[in-house]
Parts: sequence; C-alpha cells; structure tokens
Amino acid sequence: MSQPHSPPPPPAQPQPPNMTDLLKKPRRIALGCEGSANKLGIGIILHENDTSTVLSNIRHTFVSPPGTGFLPKDTAAHHRSFFVRIALQALRVANITIPDIDCICYTRGPGMGAPLTSVAIAARTLSLLWNKPLVGVNHCVGHIEMGRAITGASHPVVLYVSGGNTQVIAYAEQRYRIFGEALDIAVGNCLDRFARTLEISNDPAPGYNIEQLAKQGGRILLDLPYAVKGMDCSFSGILTRADELAAHMKSGGKGPDGEAFTPADLCFSLQETIFAMLVEITERAMAHVGSSQVLIVGGVGCNERLQEMMGAMAAERGGSVYATDERFCIDNGIMIAHAGLLAYETGFQTPIEESTCTQRFRTDEVLVKWRK
Amino acid sequence: MTEPATEFPPPKILTLSPAHKPILITQGAEGRLYKTPSPFQPDQFCALKYRPPKPYRHPILDARLTKARISSEAKVLDRCYREGVPVPAVLAKDAAAGWMMIEWIEGEPVRVGINKWLGERPEDDAVVDHSQEDETPLIDLMKRIGVAVGALHRTGVVHGDLTTSNMMLRPWADDRLPNGHGDKAEKAKAVAGDVVVIDFGLAMQSQSDEDRAVDLYVLERAFASTHPRAERLFHHILDSYRGAFKKAPGVLHKLEDVRMRGRKRSMLG
Ligand SMILES: Nc1ncnc2c1ncn2[C@@H]1O[C@H](COP(=O)(O)OP(=O)(O)O)[C@@H](O)[C@H]1O
Ligand SMILES: [Mg+2]
Repeated sequence: MSQPHSPPPPPAQPQPPNMTDLLKKPRRIALGCEGSANKLGIGIILHENDTSTVLSNIRHTFVSPPGTGFLPKDTAAHHRSFFVRIALQALRVANITIPDIDCICYTRGPGMGAPLTSVAIAARTLSLLWNKPLVGVNHCVGHIEMGRAITGASHPVVLYVSGGNTQVIAYAEQRYRIFGEALDIAVGNCLDRFARTLEISNDPAPGYNIEQLAKQGGRILLDLPYAVKGMDCSFSGILTRADELAAHMKSGGKGPDGEAFTPADLCFSLQETIFAMLVEITERAMAHVGSSQVLIVGGVGCNERLQEMMGAMAAERGGSVYATDERFCIDNGIMIAHAGLLAYETGFQTPIEESTCTQRFRTDEVLVKWRK
Repeated sequence: MTEPATEFPPPKILTLSPAHKPILITQGAEGRLYKTPSPFQPDQFCALKYRPPKPYRHPILDARLTKARISSEAKVLDRCYREGVPVPAVLAKDAAAGWMMIEWIEGEPVRVGINKWLGERPEDDAVVDHSQEDETPLIDLMKRIGVAVGALHRTGVVHGDLTTSNMMLRPWADDRLPNGHGDKAEKAKAVAGDVVVIDFGLAMQSQSDEDRAVDLYVLERAFASTHPRAERLFHHILDSYRGAFKKAPGVLHKLEDVRMRGRKRSMLG
C-alpha cells in the first residue's frame, strides 16, 4: 500500500498523574469499560473524599439462542458494535463532560480473548482521543472492590461465583488471596451448560431461568455427586450426572421413588447440591481466617437461593452475608471504573504500549496498594 | 478461630450427665468441638466433635453427608492411630447422631504457633532482612510437619484438607522445651511441640501419587495464603516429607504437574 501522506506524529502520551494534585482534587472521576464475557458495560464513578458515587452504569448483554453458548467471535462483534452507543449513554446519564474524567479504566483479564481485546482497543482509543491515562484492571478485583463499596463489608471472606470463576478469597497483606476454587469448570459454567442441556432460554441469563424453574421443584432431591476437597470443589462430575438424569427424564425414565420427575426437579436438585458445596467451602475459609462476614460477588451471586443459604450459614457463625443486586453482581463497567480509580489514586497506571489483555490473570497477582 | 457468637444447644449425648458441663471450644468449619470429661476416664478430658444439622442444607443431603463424614472420619482416624501416625484416638461414635468422641490433644493449632512466631507486623516480605534471624525453631517445626504428612501418606490415607489449622502442636514436657528466657525463647516455645494431625472429615484412603500430590498442593496453597511471610520456608516441609516416606519422589514429581495445572487452569471454565 502506498502512503501518500507522511505518518501522523505519535500521539502525546498522557502524563503520569501528580499524586498530591490528584488527591487534593475534591472530585475524582473514572470511566470504566468491561467486556470480558458476554456483557458490555460502561460505568462512571465519582470518588469524593471517602465516598464513591455511581454516576452511571450502562450494560448491554449479548444473548445467544436457547441451547447455545456465546462464541468469542460473535461476542466481540457485539461489543464492537455497541461500544460507542453505550459509552455515549454512560456520559449522558452521568451528566459530566470529558474534562471531568481523570482516567479510563478497562478490564485486562481474565476473560475471553476476543471480547477483552475489542473493549481494550476501544478504551485505548478513548484514552488517546481525550488524552487521559489508562488503567488496566483485574476483573475479579473489580467485583470484590465494588461489592465492598456497595455493601460496606469491611473485611469479608469473598465468594466470587460467575460463569468463568469460582473462588473463595480473603484479603491479607496487600493481596486478595485465593483460599479455594473450582478445580475444573466454574459454577456458572456448570449452570449455563445445564441450561443448554434442558434448552432453557439464555434471556436474561441461563442461571436466572434455572433459579425460577427450581422454585417449582422440591418434591424430591435427586442424588448428585457432592465434590468438595478442602476449600476447593469440582463441578464437572455433577454436570455429567445431571446431564445423564436429564437424558433419562427425556426418555420417560422414572426417579428413585418410581415417579416421573421434571426439569424443575432437576434444577432444584442441581442448585441444592452445588450451592451447599459453595456454602461449605466458604464456611471453611471463614473458620480458617476467623471472619464472620461473607460477601458474594459475580453473576451467580444474584441467585437468591444461594444468598439465603449463605445467610443461614453466616447467621449461625454470628455474622452476616453481604450481596449486591444484578446491577453490580453481573459484570458491569462501574466496578472496573471503581477498582481502576482506587489503583490510580495510589499512582498506578497502564502505559499505552503495555495496555494488553490476558485471558488468565489471577486475583492474587494484583498488588492491592489501596488497602492496609 | 471464630468465637461462637451464640449459645448452641449441645448434642444430646453431652446432656446425659448434668454434673459435667461441656465447654464449647470452637465452631470449626463444619463441626463444633467440645471439651468434656471422658466418660471412660473421668480424670481425663476428651474432645467431642459434633456435626450439627446445617440449616442451609437440604435435610436429605445434610443427613447423608453428616453420617458419611462421621463414619469415614472415625474409620480413617482408627487406621492412622493403629499405624502409629500422630492423631487423636477415637473413643466412641454415633454417626447418625453426628458425633464422635476422641482423645483430647493439648496445645494450640500449628497456625497459631506459626503466627506467634511471625508476629503481627504486616510488612512487605521483601524489605525484611531474614539473614539476621535464627529461624531454626520454625524450620524444625516445618520438618516435623513434613514427617507427620509422610507418615500419614505411608498408611494409605490422604487428608483432603491439610492446613495449619488442622494440625495441633502438642506441647513437649518441660525438659524438651527450649530453655532460656526473653523474646527469643518465647518465640521458640511458640513453635515447639509434637505435630498431631486432626480433622479427617474429608480424608480418604488412597495410594495414588496424584491424590497425595493434591494433598501437598492443598497444604502448599493454604500455607502460602495463611502465612505469606513464611512461604519461602515451605520447601522444608517437602524436604522432610521426602525423607520420611519412601514413595515421596513420585509424589513430588506429580506435585509439579498439579502445580502447573493449577497455574494454567483456565479462569474461563
Ligand atoms: N482432639 C482434639 N483435641 C483438642 N482440640 C481439638 C481436637 N480436635 C480439634 N480440636 C480443635 O478444634 C478445632 C476444630 O476441629 P476440627 O476437627 O478441625 O473441625 P472442623 O472440621 O470443624 O474444622 C481445631 O482447629 C482445634 O483447635
Ligand atoms: Mg478443621
């Protein structure tokens, strides 16, 4: 290709923030971009003294047809085509102007490669266009920090449960340390895949529809393998067995009591078993670190049955459960803005030439400088 | 360990003799542990481990898990005890009622001892100069842990939940204790004692290198997250494990694979 014009001069790099100036600013504002899975989210947060205020939190979800999962390519295309629309809406709702923004935050990982990249490119573009520093954020840390900010849980054990992650986390010495996790597939993935087996709708989310269906179950508890190892657990054996039971049901098979059983019975049994496992590993971590607070974050954390079970466990330990609703539980841009701004306020930023994404990015890799 | 927040009704077995009031020691991960005079030797104490019904769990699932876990825990303890692994002896059990009575182990969990040694300073490990410090007492404790785990694996048992909370440090008689006074001697006393492995609620019988390696991996991760400042000494556990257990080389080889898998594990599901 011929180049008729000389290449444009390299864009001016945003200067690192002068920390004393930044912290003297009474109002600090960040825009956060999230797209590690099938939700595209853009949110704008305001930090004022010690308070955080959500100025806007807009999300658009890529919903795939029943019986299918979301593919990276299609998801990335969805994020690309909605980014500008969602960003403009976030700015409009927040009612701020571009000079008000201190930094642009984006999800570095973990997540699916193509969707992550599409949103990172858009974030880089905003950074260059508006001459704002970039801040790369760990998605899991975003969930934790937003959960703490919304619920006021100061030093909780965190259960992070989503389509891609199952982790029991506690803070110690400047890191969110992983005490337990799923050894194979994530709990949300198990639910999503079982929804596909039953061809339940993915709208608004497969897990949500399983939860609704489970409410009609309860007549019997079907026997599923219970797989806990210390503070770790595994879900693939359960999924295999649940799939087998579903096939048995579809071919007119009977349950252990000689009666037919329904998709609702299956959803009920699946939830009761896997949530009991999650509560058990969380309780073990609480006993281990001596905490009575538990914070549930991540998309599966919206599940009211899980919250109820966790609440019963925490109450017995003299503590309580903290959970947020779908605005913050489900992937969103505001948590990226919030966690990014916390890091930015300690002097952290991501130079544009290092503003990559990574599919694997462990929660305990992040130095949590903003906590004691 | 979390202090029990409310008064719990003790299991029925502990209400039969009103003269002896059981003391609730901890509400552990899933069980409550009581200290009570032994019905067999009233001048001695015993520990009663009670798994109360879990209100959050479906009653059928709950009954199934409770019964299976008490039975299997007692069975594994018996086996270890018979083979000379340092564990509490089982005195009595009622699996359906959810309790077993075991030997009382004096002392504190290893976690408490190590944390006493490390002190409370939340410093960045990198800036602490360890070269000045004599770490022998802590290293010796790590070695005793490795020996205990080696003995356990030798009997064909994997623990399933190896953490420093699930090991007790049974104090030595005075003549074995480190002598001297002052801070240094106090620190050394914090990590003195025999390692007794407890809490076999998730244990199983297995001879496979893979299962044993996962056991070590669980311990390694629990150790790193519980005692980040002593993480660099963890290898002493593995070194003494190697010395204590003939089949250790194969297990440690497998441990590398398990670690790799852990690190490479997709966060995506
Ligand atoms: N035999 C024992 N003697 C004295 N203390 C014990 C004994 N067994 C357990 N404990 C204490 O009780 C706590 C909980 O017991 P554990 O068996 O680990 O139950 P859980 O399964 O609830 O973790 C231990 O951390 C330890 O402090
Ligand atoms: Mg225990």
